[in-house]
Amino acid sequence: MTLVREFELRAIEERRNGLIPGFIHPCVGQEATAVGACLALAPADVITSTHRGHGHLIGKGGDPRYMMAELAGRSTGYCLGRGGSLHIADFDLGILGANGIVAGGIPIAVGAGLAFHLRGEKRVALAFFGDGAVNQGAFHEAANMAGLWKLPVIFMCENNLYGEGTPQHKQAPIADLAARAAGYGFPGIIVDGNDVLAVYEAVRMAAERARAGLGPTFVEGKTYRQRGHYEGDPMVYRTQEEMEYWKARDPVVLFRRRLLEAGIFDEQTLDKVHQDVLRQLDEAVEFAKSAPIPKAEEALLGVYGDTHNGLVF
Amino acid sequence: MREITFAEAIREALREEMHRDPSVFIMGEDVGVFGGVFGVTAGLYEEFGPDRVRDTPISESAIVGGGLGAAMMGMRPVVEIMFGDFLMCAGDQIVNQAAKARYMSGGKAKVPLTIRVTTGAPGSAAAQHSQSPESWFMNVPGLKIAVPATPADAKGLLKTAIRGEDPVLFFEHKMLYAVRGPVPEDPDFTVPFGEANVVRPGRDVTIIAIGGMLAKALAAADALAQEGIEAEVIDPRTLVPLDKETLIRSLAKTGRVVIVHEAHKRAGPGAEIAAVLAEEAVEYLDGPIVRVAAKNVPIPYSPVLEEEVLPGAEDILAAVRFLTAGAKA
Repeated sequence: MTLVREFELRAIEERRNGLIPGFIHPCVGQEATAVGACLALAPADVITSTHRGHGHLIGKGGDPRYMMAELAGRSTGYCLGRGGSLHIADFDLGILGANGIVAGGIPIAVGAGLAFHLRGEKRVALAFFGDGAVNQGAFHEAANMAGLWKLPVIFMCENNLYGEGTPQHKQAPIADLAARAAGYGFPGIIVDGNDVLAVYEAVRMAAERARAGLGPTFVEGKTYRQRGHYEGDPMVYRTQEEMEYWKARDPVVLFRRRLLEAGIFDEQTLDKVHQDVLRQLDEAVEFAKSAPIPKAEEALLGVYGDTHNGLVF
Repeated sequence: MREITFAEAIREALREEMHRDPSVFIMGEDVGVFGGVFGVTAGLYEEFGPDRVRDTPISESAIVGGGLGAAMMGMRPVVEIMFGDFLMCAGDQIVNQAAKARYMSGGKAKVPLTIRVTTGAPGSAAAQHSQSPESWFMNVPGLKIAVPATPADAKGLLKTAIRGEDPVLFFEHKMLYAVRGPVPEDPDFTVPFGEANVVRPGRDVTIIAIGGMLAKALAAADALAQEGIEAEVIDPRTLVPLDKETLIRSLAKTGRVVIVHEAHKRAGPGAEIAAVLAEEAVEYLDGPIVRVAAKNVPIPYSPVLEEEVLPGAEDILAAVRFLTAGAKA
């Protein structure tokens, strides 16, 4: 979680410094849903991610160096500098791609679950999405199909209370989005999305259920996006009071306090972890800065996979 | 060679590929027990079972997206969208997801996904079941577009689509399903993408005919031959990739070109082909490029209205006579 938090803060800084050309949608405040869910999966399991996906990628084992290089649009980035923040994929790690379209990844995760089902593999596909995605047709179609066929899919909703700049209560007539799972014949579970262990436990149980052939689970993690929809968002749509309420429930701070109170780690050890993370990110930024810039003509390659080899036609 | 129908040719391609490769499976609305509303998949459910011939809910976005996710995981899904008009319901999964997955991921995503879909006006089906939406997708890099016009091409192109590594929109004209023709029995018979077929050689005018319009173009060529006009008829077979070389070579020979398709004229596939010829082969043109296509209104229901809107053999004849009149005079 510390790596996710610091990655976001560093990416924001490097965007200001001009290293990163595009948009960033930081997940500061949502580290627990990202990390808790990914830790409950096996390496062979797969995820689809969202436009707020850096935490998911790091949770699934993404290397901050290749991520930072991708954000910087460099050749050594995860997607050769073609995807940017919104589209990072690494099939070796089971990351089928972040997505620029709200709910766009959900049917894809269901398709991955279908492939596992057809081949009799005990693998699980988890779709991350936000509260806004639950109002998209793609979600409903995919949930219905996964419920109907009892596919090994986890619907992981990060309910951060805002769909871009509009609060959830102005976008859906129900407060608990997990209730929608009932309409598709599978359980909907609500967890404290700022408690990494609660998220982990819920997703672990959902994964067990999926592997046992019992079908999907909808896990709704109630959380909060501490920063704007995108970096630079003026955030006129929410109050100082609300932001302070949630800042007091910051998942990274809460988990640190919990580890200390339980006597699992001492301050010194946790500080060292923090320092290690910062050093790792220094390296990632250095890696991105020194990474080669793509040659312009590479833009025309790789559209297709066969002998035409992507030449524009 | 034995003759089978266009529908049987497609079914044969599906059956052979499913036997050849266990990762091939079919999914769509009513493709299983029902055998497909046009009967194309009849018998496959009994042969391969409900897992590999999968009836789906009426959910185009989940059908295409589900096929995409399965393809990314190494399967080779053939999904059926009953009517081309319904592709819009799956628009995001086709245009934003499947088409871009490989490129955006720097080659990490492979998308061997075939989307079989019907096209064209079947007769009084009105505006939401009669469209020819091929060109809507020509504007989207990352998709391949096949439009077979004969049973043999239907079989050979479909096998190429299934064995390929890219998302393919495979357009089957509804009025072709019952048409018979010779089809090779070789299970490894394929037709490559990007190679146009010179169906009838000629010297006076080039008629480029797409999908369901090929038969009408050939009929027109027969009639023109009676008038002493030898038309060369070319079927591009795939719109993406487009075999520009064959089209340009023909134009260099004839100097005149008529492009025929059932899609609407405005920004239809003929607009792209005409632009390519004007850009790259203008020196061969002895007259304007003429397009014969559906008029720019929604396809109407009543037969007389429908006929007025759709292009016919007479329209092709008129276009060729207009082009060749000067030469003959």
